[in-house]
Amino acid sequence: MAEFEQSKIRNFCIVAHIDHGKSTLADRMIETTGVLTSREMQNQVLDNMEIERERGITIKSQAVRMVYKAKDGEEYVFNMIDTPGHVDFGYEVSRSLAACDGAILVVDATQGVEAQTLANVYLALDHDLDVFPVINKIDLPSARPDEVKEEIEDVIGIEAHDAPLVSAKLGTGIEDVLENVVHKIPAPTGDASAPLKALIFDSVYDSYRGVIVFVRVRDGVLKKGMTAKCMASGASWEVVEVGYFGPGQFIPCDELTAGSVGYFTASIKNIQDARVGDTVTEVANPCPEALPGYKKVMPMVYCGLYPADTARYPELRDALEKLQLNDASLFYEPETSQALGFGFRAGFLGLLHLEVIQERLEREYNLDLVTTAPGVVYKVHKTDGTVFDLTNPSNLPDPAEIEYMEEPIVNGEIMVTTDYVGAIMQLCQERRGRYISTEYIEATRAVLKYELPLNEIIYDFFDALKSRSRGYASFDYEIKGYEESQLVKLDILINHEQVDALSFIVHKDGAYERGRKMCEKLKGEIPRHLFEIPIQAAVGGKIIARETVKAMRKDVLAKCYGGDISRKRKLLEKQKEGKKKMRQIGSVEIPQQAFLSVLKLDEGN
Amino acid sequence: MNSLGIYIHIPFCIRKCLYCDFLSFPEREDVRALYLDCLKKEISAGAIECSDYEVDTVFIGGGTPTVVDPDAIADILGIIRENYNLAKNPEITIECNPGTSDRKAFDIYLKAGINRLSIGLQSPKDEELRLLGRIHNREQFEKCYKDAVSAGFSNINIDLMSALPGQTTDSWNENLEYACSLEPKPSHISAYSLIIEEGTPFYEKYGEDAAGLPSEDDDRDMYHETEAVLKTQGYHRYEISNYAGEGFECLHNRRYWECKEYIGFGLGAASFFDGKRFHNTRDMSEYTRLAGEGDFKALRQEVEDLDEKALMEEFMFMGLRLIEGVSVNEFEKRFGKKIHEVYGSVIADLREKQLLEIEEDHIRLTAKGLDVSNYCMAEFLL
Repeated sequence: MAEFEQSKIRNFCIVAHIDHGKSTLADRMIETTGVLTSREMQNQVLDNMEIERERGITIKSQAVRMVYKAKDGEEYVFNMIDTPGHVDFGYEVSRSLAACDGAILVVDATQGVEAQTLANVYLALDHDLDVFPVINKIDLPSARPDEVKEEIEDVIGIEAHDAPLVSAKLGTGIEDVLENVVHKIPAPTGDASAPLKALIFDSVYDSYRGVIVFVRVRDGVLKKGMTAKCMASGASWEVVEVGYFGPGQFIPCDELTAGSVGYFTASIKNIQDARVGDTVTEVANPCPEALPGYKKVMPMVYCGLYPADTARYPELRDALEKLQLNDASLFYEPETSQALGFGFRAGFLGLLHLEVIQERLEREYNLDLVTTAPGVVYKVHKTDGTVFDLTNPSNLPDPAEIEYMEEPIVNGEIMVTTDYVGAIMQLCQERRGRYISTEYIEATRAVLKYELPLNEIIYDFFDALKSRSRGYASFDYEIKGYEESQLVKLDILINHEQVDALSFIVHKDGAYERGRKMCEKLKGEIPRHLFEIPIQAAVGGKIIARETVKAMRKDVLAKCYGGDISRKRKLLEKQKEGKKKMRQIGSVEIPQQAFLSVLKLDEGN
Repeated sequence: MNSLGIYIHIPFCIRKCLYCDFLSFPEREDVRALYLDCLKKEISAGAIECSDYEVDTVFIGGGTPTVVDPDAIADILGIIRENYNLAKNPEITIECNPGTSDRKAFDIYLKAGINRLSIGLQSPKDEELRLLGRIHNREQFEKCYKDAVSAGFSNINIDLMSALPGQTTDSWNENLEYACSLEPKPSHISAYSLIIEEGTPFYEKYGEDAAGLPSEDDDRDMYHETEAVLKTQGYHRYEISNYAGEGFECLHNRRYWECKEYIGFGLGAASFFDGKRFHNTRDMSEYTRLAGEGDFKALRQEVEDLDEKALMEEFMFMGLRLIEGVSVNEFEKRFGKKIHEVYGSVIADLREKQLLEIEEDHIRLTAKGLDVSNYCMAEFLL
């Protein structure tokens, strides 16, 4: 393929609120530029992870190159960089944006501007991207494109009167979008003769080629055979292959010049050596300074991961090792629990990240997992003046040794129709939110700003938000910092034995309510035994709630099915099998379900 | 010569009861005739592999065996008498439904050699019978019982069902007392509690939540009451749900619990024969086709060759249904191993929980153990 001048290159991304049709639009653009025939198109070309497809969200950013012959008769190269659509992956989003020169903002013609629309568009503007809007889903009967255009101009403040009207689903208006890319997204302006300076915006691990690093070349040329290094990690290697992104495949080429987007491989074994945000340069002719904005992402949410079958611990370890190859933000270390045996304490960017990893372990590695309640990282200030990060509630020192504790706080923005403002404010109140402000963006919609403790939103905050607003509220947050808080450790005792895997940290005002709900839920999960089982919640040795599982009086098969002993055998085998899946705590057998269900203490229960 | 039991399945009934998950259904007259024809062929053909056995029990069960022509039943017994080595005083039982048997039929049964009846009374209360979807009422039962007795039957079992919707311990006691007040007293009483089986109309109604059914505690009270009441009436409990007057335990059912051999003929019938467990096809058209072609071996499905482990497990979990429990010597005789070598820790654990006790040669469940027998029996799976 002929090399393109920078003036014929457009590097952009698509930003949108979840479900506004970003992926579908991307698919249509790829289809229209003719890189793929309709037959080759899978439903959503960009989202190639199974989980992403099922959840309809994009987790790992990816890129694709297309060639578009514009109305002016010229051929243009489009590098479309797909950004993750969830707050958990905020840093990855920001690096993806940094690799672009412009952005397409997709807004649903029926829903209008939502919280993530705002958050994403501001993020794009922060990165000095030129943004043009596209109104999607105009085929829906409830579409109101003119109002939405006005909303975009009023709320976001970007021009929208000539925004392309599109139905990505039906494929209408796509040509218009492509022309807008040519005219409204600026061409890159790198210096090809300067020393190499390229931004890593993503990477994947391939067992044959090692880490495949996704880069945007700012200045200079990246070519095969050169010795390149990462400026933050300091690692260097000989570049084995460079290339660009075909849809769902890597296409090698000779070099990537300033303004290009592509990938390189260099037999890199460890993904930590080429982290997102790092700057790649040439060892022989390094650039004077790295691109700004690199930071090492720290896990925000921790939980214990245990194999349901204790014998499969080595398999879980291998699976985590493999997942980490592809996910530099996944953290784990071995831990042991009296209740659950050998397992790992794992750290994640957020709850979605946790769920995704959990699902991948279960699906791709066929592991049955027991997950303990997710918790955030607390800062424990001890009386001896030392401070440490608490990721596992079991490690909380004796209260006498604790001076005070701090918990992470987020800045939350909730966009909601005015009808539900009251309900949402009440929810934030219940979650220990601190009210900051209300801004009305139009007559019927408001943005509520709250500071919320992270540990109050990692459980079921999204669900609660949706149910209390009938789906009309959208939420976005960013970490604000740590604040001192009155935190206590809530312990659960089953038949008078403390179950370490069920302990967690909670604000002291919420301890009673939480303890009561836990006991109630556990009562429903623990099968009757031959003896009565007390279930207690305790804070610092003081019992605050109690439930009792009554003793089993009957477990008998009255009839004997004539001579059909096989049937009787199957029944007993099922019983024995069920027992195997239980965890023994003292003399009580607890089904694994119990450990999971207490994570979901829905309101109203 | 080894002893053998024969089970014969008659899968027909007038109407399916609401709780029933047995292999039984109403069927057209011509299909019933064809079935009986095939059944006779299967029984005749089976004689060869049973030639080394002495048959000392026969059990004709269903369904409702009494819905077919009594002469057909007599024919079947004729075939057995002719082709098998029948013991001198075999126990020959037929299950009957009060709505479908009369004096004439009982005369034919008795003449054919049947000497034990098992009558599915379930309850003497018409409203309970209606609730269960039974086809008979109390009056019909009483006539049936009188006919059976006057025909000359003296060994009669009565089935009773506890834990029915709305039943209380008091009303259950009335049912027990009614059974004991029959003239003459039945020689045997089977007292089962209702089990809600998947796929039955009762499951639709009670499967989700047991609303309307007696609580677990009431159910246990009824069971405990049964033992006490029947004891005063001269019955001894010899199995979890079975009570007999002196000398009237059901020998055929004991074969199941003692893991002795039996062979089953007819649709879906189960066998434990020559170290194997298997059952016949449960599909009527397949049964009549294969039996019609004379391919009786092909009827047998899920043939399991039991290894020593399976045999030991079954010896334990079936044997523990008996109140007397399992014999330590018998275990050693059968398997050449001491029971404590195999099950020492299980036995110790269950004894400690007071669910199991040892008396001389026998290991048996305690009263508490019987209430949670599944829990105990599952422990004996190796």
